[in-house]
Amino acid sequence: MELFIQQLINGLTVGSVYSLVALGLTLVYGILHIPNFAHGALYMMGGYVTLTAMSQAGLPYGLAIVVSMVVVGLLGVLMERLVFYPLRDAPPLHDKIAAIGILLFLEAFAQFVWGADYQTMPTPYGNVVTVFGLTLTVQRILIIASTVVIMMLLYLFLKKTFIGASIIAMAQNREGANLVGINTNKVAMMTFLLSGGLAALAASLASPINLVFPGMGHLVILKAFVIIILGGMGSIPGAIVGGYILGFSESLGATYVSNDYKDIIAFAILVIILTVKPNGLFAKEGH
Amino acid sequence: MAVFEKRHLWLAVLAVLALALPLLVANGYYLHMMTMSFIWMIAVYGLNLFAGYTGYLSLAHAGFFAVGAYTLGILTVKVGLPFWGAFALSCAFTSLLGLAIGLVALRTKEHFFAIYTLCVGYIIYLVIDKWDSLTGGVRGFIGIPAPSDIGPLSFQTPVAQYYLVLFFLFAVIFVMYRLVYSLTGRTYIAIRNSEELALTLGISTMKNKLASFVLSVFFTSLAGALYASFIRFLGPDIAYVTVMFDFLTYLLVGGIGTLAGPVVGTLLITFLSQQLQFLQDYRMLIFGPVLTLLIIFYPHGIAGGFIRYQAKRAEARRLEREANQTAAELAASRQGRDGRYVKEG
Repeated sequence: MELFIQQLINGLTVGSVYSLVALGLTLVYGILHIPNFAHGALYMMGGYVTLTAMSQAGLPYGLAIVVSMVVVGLLGVLMERLVFYPLRDAPPLHDKIAAIGILLFLEAFAQFVWGADYQTMPTPYGNVVTVFGLTLTVQRILIIASTVVIMMLLYLFLKKTFIGASIIAMAQNREGANLVGINTNKVAMMTFLLSGGLAALAASLASPINLVFPGMGHLVILKAFVIIILGGMGSIPGAIVGGYILGFSESLGATYVSNDYKDIIAFAILVIILTVKPNGLFAKEGH
Repeated sequence: MAVFEKRHLWLAVLAVLALALPLLVANGYYLHMMTMSFIWMIAVYGLNLFAGYTGYLSLAHAGFFAVGAYTLGILTVKVGLPFWGAFALSCAFTSLLGLAIGLVALRTKEHFFAIYTLCVGYIIYLVIDKWDSLTGGVRGFIGIPAPSDIGPLSFQTPVAQYYLVLFFLFAVIFVMYRLVYSLTGRTYIAIRNSEELALTLGISTMKNKLASFVLSVFFTSLAGALYASFIRFLGPDIAYVTVMFDFLTYLLVGGIGTLAGPVVGTLLITFLSQQLQFLQDYRMLIFGPVLTLLIIFYPHGIAGGFIRYQAKRAEARRLEREANQTAAELAASRQGRDGRYVKEG
């Protein structure tokens, strides 16, 4: 039983990271209908920027995360301006290939600048605490707690601010948003800023537990795609719920089925979902 | 082919060049490189058929390439089948796998299809990587035999293997050529241009997409089997996304949806990679942006751009001819009128 609860906590941690990544992906998909394959590269850059800010500039962990969120967010904006904006009228095939090009570039860039080695990120929250007879590191608690806080902030931002409302409006109906005078360019840039920031946050939180290396975004981005298909492409609550579902099924699967094949679980879920419902669960009609 | 056009002459020249290459180049390294790029070309033709002509981006093709290669390895080494039997079986098996996956995957569209196939490719990679007892896992798979003799033909030397691969490349190009200009090929293009319209015209889109997908998987598995028998060592890396992206780069640089594209793109990138050898792992620093810039500014690739340029020139010439004709007619009629005028006067 204790093992089971321990695994549930694990699932909660992993699921939090997945949710953050999937949120960024789903926001961009909702606004621009681009499956941003480069999102995993943004995640990876987030890990490296935090690491560099800590080791080179000597910033504390928390501040390094903020720096990383801003830097990667701006990188996202740059991506939108330089690549996706010129491609807005191109066939859908082109967006995907362009995103793949960015992904390849950023990965090679990271390898060029920081090397191919696996690096560990130090955390001030590495100590272990015992809560209700469960031992866990403070880092894990930090991941879960800050994810919840960020999600609430995001919710407030989207519901209570004008920019947030315009993001939702544009996700619901692009032409309609244009008609009522929403600056779609600004909204698209804002969305990429948010998306990059969320990816950087997720990477910075997860890196002390995992490691930082150029290919760290591969599996995460694939799983994030699984999640947003699970939760409905473009749906924000879907991304959160989907992230936790995947987190739980992975940590439980790793314990009770097979540790070697735990990464396949996500893809097996996806294959089953798309086999039964080709447009994903909760597919919005008319897209 | 009643008319012997100029482009056929070019094709013949290229074919003769390819055939004569082992005689012209004594360097074994270049021969090896050419053989490898021919193998990539076959795989890229597979991708081109589905992504370029049918309009679906499949990201699982590196996986199918690896399945073809590993099946050949397993059938020859572990099962002990004779080489050519295993060769045919591995292509058949991969095509069947493609059929099964296609039946499900093709129910999805656009982004979903790309993501779905990306995941299928990743599953293939993970299975190869983790199934130690069958595939050798990360240590790799060794001991694959070279192609066995067919009658008097022996494939033990690099030159013989070069011709073997070249033969298959010619066969694939020929099939692609006949296919693209046939009704079936036109059907695929119709599906690419608008699936709804094709459906409205009474085309069974599912059946055609499936046929195109399976054929494209077949080409890719053929390349995989050739790769296995040529390199004779396999690692799980060949199923990895980077190989998939290599295919895509070859295809896009050459020209997606063109017949010459895979040949042009693969040759160019292989030679550029050779020149950029010192960059090794960092070559994507250059190819990544190239891929992105290309898709923004020059989405038709080299071959596609050339075709467009020719079409534009032909159009300009036609317009010029018409303009000349009209001018001449105008002049003639004016002369006639003038003549009449003079006569009347």
